Amino acid sequence: MKKEPIKVREASAETRVGNFDEVVKGYSEEEALLEAARCLQCKNPLCISGCPVGIDIKKFIFHITQKDYRGAYFTIREKNNFPSICGRVCPAEYQCRKACVLTKKGSPFASQQAINIHFLERFVGDYGKNNKLNVPEEKEEKFSEFKVAVIGSGPAGLCCSGELARKGVKVDIFESLHKTGGVLRYGIPPFRLPWDVLDFEINYLKKLGVNFITNFLVGKARTIKELFVQGYSKVFLGLGAGVPSFLGIKGENLCNIYSVNEFLTRVNLMSAYKFPEFHTPVNIGKNVLIVGGGNTAMDSARVALRLQKIRGLSLNTTIIYRRTEIEMPARRLEIEHAREEGIKFEFLVQPKEFIGDENGFVKKLICLRSKLGEPDSSGRRRPVIIEGSEFELDCDLCVIAVGLKANQILIKATPELKTDKYSDVIVDSESMESSIKGVFAGGDIVGGEGTVIEAMGMAKKASKAIIDELSK
Amino acid sequence: MKIINKKVINDVGGVRITQLDIQSSDIAAKALPGQFVMLMVNEKGERIPLTLVNTDKDKGVVSLIFQEAGFTTKSLGKLNPGDTLYSLVGPLGHPTEIRKYGKVILVGGGVGIAEILPVARALKEAGNNITTILGSRNKELLILEAELKSASQEIHIMTDDGSYGRKGFTTDMLKELLSKDKYDLIYSVGPIPMMKRVALVSKEYNTRTFVSLNALMVDATGMCGCCRVSVSGEVKFSCIDGPDFDAHGVDWEELEKRNKVYSVQEKHICNLFPAS
Repeated sequence: MKKEPIKVREASAETRVGNFDEVVKGYSEEEALLEAARCLQCKNPLCISGCPVGIDIKKFIFHITQKDYRGAYFTIREKNNFPSICGRVCPAEYQCRKACVLTKKGSPFASQQAINIHFLERFVGDYGKNNKLNVPEEKEEKFSEFKVAVIGSGPAGLCCSGELARKGVKVDIFESLHKTGGVLRYGIPPFRLPWDVLDFEINYLKKLGVNFITNFLVGKARTIKELFVQGYSKVFLGLGAGVPSFLGIKGENLCNIYSVNEFLTRVNLMSAYKFPEFHTPVNIGKNVLIVGGGNTAMDSARVALRLQKIRGLSLNTTIIYRRTEIEMPARRLEIEHAREEGIKFEFLVQPKEFIGDENGFVKKLICLRSKLGEPDSSGRRRPVIIEGSEFELDCDLCVIAVGLKANQILIKATPELKTDKYSDVIVDSESMESSIKGVFAGGDIVGGEGTVIEAMGMAKKASKAIIDELSK
Repeated sequence: MKIINKKVINDVGGVRITQLDIQSSDIAAKALPGQFVMLMVNEKGERIPLTLVNTDKDKGVVSLIFQEAGFTTKSLGKLNPGDTLYSLVGPLGHPTEIRKYGKVILVGGGVGIAEILPVARALKEAGNNITTILGSRNKELLILEAELKSASQEIHIMTDDGSYGRKGFTTDMLKELLSKDKYDLIYSVGPIPMMKRVALVSKEYNTRTFVSLNALMVDATGMCGCCRVSVSGEVKFSCIDGPDFDAHGVDWEELEKRNKVYSVQEKHICNLFPAS
């Protein structure tokens, strides 16, 4: 008899929209054991091929069934530095779970029946965190004479620093913001990734000896060349993709039209939801529209809903997306969570023009309906506008969540650094070394908008190449 | 990030303009005229941009001059030597393009006068002939006259009430100068209505004009787009594309409205914590 997947415990939709506490509560030991027991322990496990860093999923799940959580933890840690983070934010339904043999063939994302690998990973990661399990340091005296500069304290930078520091290399991480964590701090809301989980990983790196230098913008306060002169042996660029795309339509600069980064940064990094206790303001509206279909669209919609609740407004936040739900790149879990919380969806809708009032605040969004045509370069069916389908939506606040591009400051300040047409840094795919010798890169600055685990995979490759070179 | 010196430049009729000298050798080493910093007064504070008015590379000190107008600038004005800012990052933005243009007019209004000072010095150093027009409501509120006088070949003071210099707007003088002679560049910093009028006048005389815009910002590294402005029909980010822009292309009305997007919250927080 097939066993049903073990549902993860969650805060009820009703209570959670009133706060920024974590929504998914995770598995208890008992639940983890039941879910792990569902794993078929395939002879040829497909799930592993779905993991961007190749975690031995079969093995760590087996460890769980044996109640060997230590073993499970160290199995994951062979490939993944941040299981507690990835267990929370990995789009597993497009990766390991999609590859799981229990997912129906040809399905665009994981079937419900697929093993909940991410929840198991989170269980193991949190077990490791709560029991202070650490991968043994392999500090070697010969590395202690080297200093590496890591630019950016997001997922790629954190991972690279940890790998290097574990070997005994001195690492300085430069971060332009006043807080560390990059997109994990300013982008992902605490109801998806609580700060204590992130802080735990950062504190661990500090204990390893990693030196965090905040409020320092490399590219302005110092050039890469100067870092080398200063005595750094290697430089790792984990700059991220933080430049927001806009729609390029009329009226887009009206007040209360936010880029997703501005909206999330105000609320997450600056705690604007606690205004006036915290001094950074953010506006909210009665009719909030979010444009986009990715994770940042879901995040900003759910943030907007919480702001509406906190400020005593009725919940009215709508996501408009130009394709249909199937094509949405967001995690299925987040779409589900958004819907449970009361977010509305308008599919096959394209924004055309914003209309404002006399004070310059947005009032309406004129939209067009579309239908799906032939697949485009992304393999998804292209939305085609239906002539004469124009209609209006009331809109007093809008968040544009239609993609992010490479951060520019350091790249523009370093003309000898070769980039592609998206301004992403070009690297050797094995060593992650850029066109400048001794300068490595990883994360979204290389691949464009990706996932935390992909960034980590690249950072690990780079750190390995750096260690190899320093060993010479 | 430690404040080493504080000077209240002006404190009359509810207008308080303050100078803070802050230790930051990293910023001082790199800062050029026209660039700015982002700062936070405390952990719960807002991030606000302020133009660098002076940098002392040898001592590793940067100076900021600001009017205590809103909640954050008022909190900043409460700090004293020995206090440390929670956050200070810079130098940000592109520096003003300093080269030999020839005859240059600088137009500064209100606290914007402080921001034209480093540009005036650099342009003079580059061999330009500098004519400076300063504007303020009255004699008491005028700042940095002596400093700008020594950085200019010619200086004109305009006050709204005629209590000092000539009565009228800076643009009255600008018009007079432009009608008599040809100038190669105008650089202006001040309240938006003033910069807008400068742009109108200088356009009439077809004189190239730069303004330093004071859009609202959050990260100031190009990641949020809060500071977006329309210039000659294109959307630009003040933080990474500016803060200097061609005055004739700026959509002033849009900037004016966007800068008021949080005026309700500003009033609210100032009422809540009047003493802090």
